[in-house]
Amino acid sequence: MAALTLRTSGWLLVLPLLGLVVVMFAGPLFNIFWLSFTDPGPGLSNYTALAERESLRRLLWVTLRICALTTLFSVVLGYCIAYAMTHAGEGARQKMLLLLLISFWISVLVRTFAWIMILGRNGLLNNGLMSAGLISAPLPFVRNELGVLIGMVHYMIPYAVLPLLGAMRAIDGRVMAASRNLGASPAQTFWRIWLPLTKPGVIAASLLVFILSLGFYVTPAILGGGKVLMVAEYISVQVLITLKWGTAAMLAVLILVSVLALLALMSRFMKLSAALGGRA
Amino acid sequence: MTGATSLAVRVNRRIAWGLLIFLVAPALVAVPVSLTAQNYLSLPWDGLSLQYYRKIFSSPEWMSSFLQSAVIGLSSAALATTLGTLAAVGLWRMSAGAGLLRAFLLLPLVVPPIIAAMAFYRLFVPLGLIDTYAGLILAHTVLAAPLVLITVSASLAGFDRRLEQASRNLGASHAQTFRRVILPAIRPGVLSGAVFAFIASWDEIVVTLFLSKFAVYTLPRRMWNGIRENTDPSVAAAAVVLLSVTLLAFLVWVVLQRRARNLSSSQSDNG
Repeated sequence: MAALTLRTSGWLLVLPLLGLVVVMFAGPLFNIFWLSFTDPGPGLSNYTALAERESLRRLLWVTLRICALTTLFSVVLGYCIAYAMTHAGEGARQKMLLLLLISFWISVLVRTFAWIMILGRNGLLNNGLMSAGLISAPLPFVRNELGVLIGMVHYMIPYAVLPLLGAMRAIDGRVMAASRNLGASPAQTFWRIWLPLTKPGVIAASLLVFILSLGFYVTPAILGGGKVLMVAEYISVQVLITLKWGTAAMLAVLILVSVLALLALMSRFMKLSAALGGRA
Repeated sequence: MTGATSLAVRVNRRIAWGLLIFLVAPALVAVPVSLTAQNYLSLPWDGLSLQYYRKIFSSPEWMSSFLQSAVIGLSSAALATTLGTLAAVGLWRMSAGAGLLRAFLLLPLVVPPIIAAMAFYRLFVPLGLIDTYAGLILAHTVLAAPLVLITVSASLAGFDRRLEQASRNLGASHAQTFRRVILPAIRPGVLSGAVFAFIASWDEIVVTLFLSKFAVYTLPRRMWNGIRENTDPSVAAAAVVLLSVTLLAFLVWVVLQRRARNLSSSQSDNG
């Protein structure tokens, strides 16, 4: 009986947030799903447009390519950081963690704006290079894929580090010691033992970065300067300017289904809370 | 990792430190640029000037944006903290079989902001909530509550269940047990969840872009316009202000985390 009341009281406490999420979030999301099949008319026309319209296919291709490159660079660089943190002394690790967390907290808008100031046409980098006499005209660092990539990788690295850190700290150090005692070189130990043991972390980190990149809006919109169109910016134009809800809803459903499927895949390698809680 | 490994490990360590500095340093560029004496985005080579801080602090537009961001951030943090903490305690009591429910409540965290923005927009137009405080506070509450849920759940994980039972056995009501026994133990977790929720709203731009027009114009919203027009160093000054609040919140969060860890370790020592 006591257990029952405990359970009931549990439900009562969850209810307010549950109601809010159902009414304010899940319901409206379902509405978007519904719209993708009913606007402008009922049917699958929004989805068949994917096969018919070259522009939509190019949009998806650009998005996927940038997400894949962002994932690759973020995970490689993140691996380097996570490896150093795992092998650093306690004091150094705390300092490294502090820098990582600060970068986590800095607003994406401020970071993107910083890249504009640094990489822009009249930015610090171009001005510096020109006054040093290395170049005669400004180099195009932004308003292209390069700028978008720099901004996105910079934002995503911490998200790659956390799952990797979790995976690396779970490795039993005695396995490495055993490998070396049995005569393996440090390089062999790294490639044959360490890297395979961290594979779940690498997969989880890659999936997490890819998922976050898929719907990323701020950095591509600003650093792409209208030249590099990714799905999120396309959706905002369809909704706020051309008012084509059907196409926007179809793209949203596509992204959302991909995100949820990839998250389910990711949970087979690492719990989401563990992936993001690697900081503890 | 001694002896022969040390060269590769040392080189890697240098690279890692470089990368970590690369993660934080670019954002700090806003500080010198905001002090420039020129009228375009540049480093202050020809002398420092506070003109852009004077400009934003005497501009009614920028000041109203600061105020709005603060009001919306504090309101949604208060709501999200209340709802998120109650839900975390509720889920903790249910323990078994609550996994799916927890996953559902974390939904706002995994849906890309652009899609959340669409959903809110579509919901708010017929309700007349576009461009209102109520609309933005509600939306930010939904987005921030899962952050509180996660933070508070983490501190509940270190809380000894028997303490609650003891309190009930000694005749305390559910409400008394919650206020006198559970809440003090998870207070650092609740407060750091609140700080997290405030910053989530304070920084939020994507949903805000869809839901605000003229009447409600938060700090990130006004900065977004400034960045798009790409001219005036006053945006750099605003970025420094935004950043200072974020870093202040971060410091508070670090202190709270430390306290939460001490609390949970002292409890597990007893247990």
